[in-house]
Amino acid sequence: MLLRYIFFRALMLIPVSISISVVIFMIVHLLPGDPIDNLIRVGSSPDDRAALITKYGLDQPLVVQYFKWIGAMFQGDFGEAIVLRRPVADLIAQNLPYSLTLGGLAFAFSSIVGIILGTISATTRSTLVEQVVRGFILLGSTVPGFWLALLMILFFAVQLQWFPVSGAKGWDSLVLPVLTIGFGGVALVARVTRVALLDARREDFVTLLHAKGLPARAILTGHLMPHAMLPVVTILALRIGWILGGAVTVEFVFGRPGLGSLLIRALGQRDYPVVQGCLLMLALAVMLGTLIGDVAQAAMDPRIREAKK
Amino acid sequence: MLEVSNLEVAFGPVAPLSGVSFALDKGETLGIVGESGSGKSLTAMSVMGLLPLSGGRITAGSIVFDGQELTTLSEPAYRRLRGGRIGLITQNPMTSLDPLQKIGPQVDKVAVLHLGMTAREARARTVEILGTLRIPEPALICERYPHQMSGGMKQRIVIAMALAADPDVLVADEPTTALDVTVQAQIIRLLDDLVKERDLSLVLITHDMSVVAQTCDKVVVMYAGRAIEHGPVGAIFGAPQHPYTQALIGCIPKGLGQDEQLTGIPGTVPTVLNYPKGCPFHPRCPRAQGICATDRPAHVTQGDSAVACHFPGERA
Amino acid sequence: MTSMTGTAARAMAGFGNTSLGRAFGSWLGKIAGGFLILLVLVAIFAPWITPFDYAAQDLMNGNAPPGWPHLLGTDQFGRDVLSRVIYGARTSLSVSATAIAISIAVGMTLGAAAGYFGGLFERAVMTVVDLTWSFPDILIALIFVAIIGPGLTSTTFAIAIAYLAQFTRLTRAQIVRLKRETFIEATINLGAKPRHILQYHLLPNAIAPVIVVGMLAIGDGIVLEATLGFFGLGAQPPTPSWGAMMSSGTAQLFLSPWVIIFPGVVVAVTVIAVNLFGDELIRALDIRDRIRGA
Repeated sequence: MLLRYIFFRALMLIPVSISISVVIFMIVHLLPGDPIDNLIRVGSSPDDRAALITKYGLDQPLVVQYFKWIGAMFQGDFGEAIVLRRPVADLIAQNLPYSLTLGGLAFAFSSIVGIILGTISATTRSTLVEQVVRGFILLGSTVPGFWLALLMILFFAVQLQWFPVSGAKGWDSLVLPVLTIGFGGVALVARVTRVALLDARREDFVTLLHAKGLPARAILTGHLMPHAMLPVVTILALRIGWILGGAVTVEFVFGRPGLGSLLIRALGQRDYPVVQGCLLMLALAVMLGTLIGDVAQAAMDPRIREAKK
Repeated sequence: MLEVSNLEVAFGPVAPLSGVSFALDKGETLGIVGESGSGKSLTAMSVMGLLPLSGGRITAGSIVFDGQELTTLSEPAYRRLRGGRIGLITQNPMTSLDPLQKIGPQVDKVAVLHLGMTAREARARTVEILGTLRIPEPALICERYPHQMSGGMKQRIVIAMALAADPDVLVADEPTTALDVTVQAQIIRLLDDLVKERDLSLVLITHDMSVVAQTCDKVVVMYAGRAIEHGPVGAIFGAPQHPYTQALIGCIPKGLGQDEQLTGIPGTVPTVLNYPKGCPFHPRCPRAQGICATDRPAHVTQGDSAVACHFPGERA
Repeated sequence: MTSMTGTAARAMAGFGNTSLGRAFGSWLGKIAGGFLILLVLVAIFAPWITPFDYAAQDLMNGNAPPGWPHLLGTDQFGRDVLSRVIYGARTSLSVSATAIAISIAVGMTLGAAAGYFGGLFERAVMTVVDLTWSFPDILIALIFVAIIGPGLTSTTFAIAIAYLAQFTRLTRAQIVRLKRETFIEATINLGAKPRHILQYHLLPNAIAPVIVVGMLAIGDGIVLEATLGFFGLGAQPPTPSWGAMMSSGTAQLFLSPWVIIFPGVVVAVTVIAVNLFGDELIRALDIRDRIRGA
């Protein structure tokens, strides 16, 4: 049943991937000027230009160009970076591990701390604890990430000198970036957990669970938490993209290598093959995230598993 | 077995229930009737000790179960009674089961909790109970999820859960309201049979006077959070003293082909926030006089019955 | 005199009965709403209240710490931070508000059409919307800016596009819910034209949640504008915007942190105020379920 669900859910990604790749492909063509000028460095020899035109079929209809482009992508050929003068695939391969480490840690941090905080604020009888957690949730979901990153650097790296200001050498360079991305993530997860738990507690079947003589703690862990986790998993999966988005800004501020800083730098330098490659990778990550989230939800909820899509 | 006297319940400053009394012996069925909002479900929740869930508390009166005072019972001790010796059947079977868990484990839990059974023993018991409730292929049903079953089937599962630990008392809070008419009759018959086979005491909460007439030994009529009349079914239906009880009985259709005029009750049920002073029924009562609007009538006992009315008596 | 106060009292009482008035009811609502009103006034009257010219450079006085006469200090070019923050309010608020207005207009049209007509059209719209919905707003904005280039105009459109999905989804959810209501069915059965039903029955009933979510989105828009500005993709010098100020400040982070701290504080406080007030509005209008259902 679950396998069937995964299969059909994955199938639905195909049209989505096609539309995303079309949008990303079109970037170079929507830019003012000849696409070739956006794909090659200034002052290249006519031979180089000719070679590139044949490679991408720039003299052929857009549809043909798209298939040539996407075909090359499938073979791991993401084109040549204009400014950095290296294959885009190499650049991505070099930067991706940094983003994955940062994103993965930030994701784990947000989920674990967020769920714990959300549960505390939903179950505590102390209004003070609840107010403090709610205040934190409000702060975390409103403060701009890049600004928080700058404050972190000022306070923990410059004032206290606990952590390095920037770079990616050693584990301690990860602490501030993970905390920065995690701050917003924790707030989000905590908010959803809190609301979901309060909602779950109002469900009819909870009365009957009490009537069965189950202790409140067993009801919380055995029934309320699984219910509350459904929306939390959805949000977490949707926000895998947001955490990557957070990584884009935070990587840039902390001067860490990674897809995000690569993308921002390429945007500034108008290095479009790199922009395309980065966007494609990020889009892929977002889609995988939503897929994993939906599958996790189906694994938890029999009603979704059987719903005909 | 179960004796409730002068029960009063409050939610903050509001007291939606006061002066409710009844007694129930082993093997007896007690009906609690009244319109929606009359405090029937609150009575059930009070007996189950589940009022704190919705923020209410018992402010006066007592609930004695098998010689044990429940209103002052500690939560852990109450938990052993709940599901163990007092079972609850809730109103809406569609939402009464955890949709994320299979049927089997949800029922098994009760026997594990109260009878100290292992998971395997509990499952065997579940299958047996489902069988006695006339559920086909009980072993297969255990592996299904709630959303895969009909309302009537789910209500049987809820009943099975209430029965799993062999309780003495069942509290059924409008067990058929959410079901199809044909299924309603089946479930009522099932409950009736269970009471007889297992010598259970049943508190049946309903708004249907005809169900009370068919299945109950005793009846409590509730209006605006008060028990306005109670007594043996024969006495109450034979010679109702309170004008509201008379009106309710007047609402029962006698059957096809009878040339009869069904009477309704003029006016509307007061809500908790605007309970009338004096007798709560006086704004709708044909017999009301000055005193009804000012003084709350006390219960007048007559044999096994009691009525709270300034001018009790049979219909003029 | 007496009649004046009477009228004023009546006007106040009337205001107290509106949802907006009720949102001002709690002390949180009062503080948040009061701050937002103050901020808008400051943005409007910026030229009259700034102590210095926001673009006037005073290189001798660069990177001066907060004090007198520069209350919030100066940046590397000796420009007054307070004046730039005040002018930045103009840029940031107007960019975000314009963007969200565009987003609401387009999103409501798309959402209403999708919800009302259903079928293949609805599917197509919702597929695209769900797609953009799952992408972080900063990525959508970056893609857009990558195509049409940096600047305030493209920032405005980038923000509008980034939040389009939200309004389309919300409006559609409202319309779909309303369409099931009996009074709409009755109107349809009476032979009313789709345009009439949408214009007079569906949209007026759907608008409250959209407006409130729109207000909350202005807060998100301010953050997004600041982020784009910070990357140097938004307001171009010398136009002051909160994000752009922080962008130019990073180079001097250790020398003059106030250039970054103050605009950031203003962004954070503004967005918190928007959220608090929006929350109070949601409570006053009692539409939490309708917003969450989308």
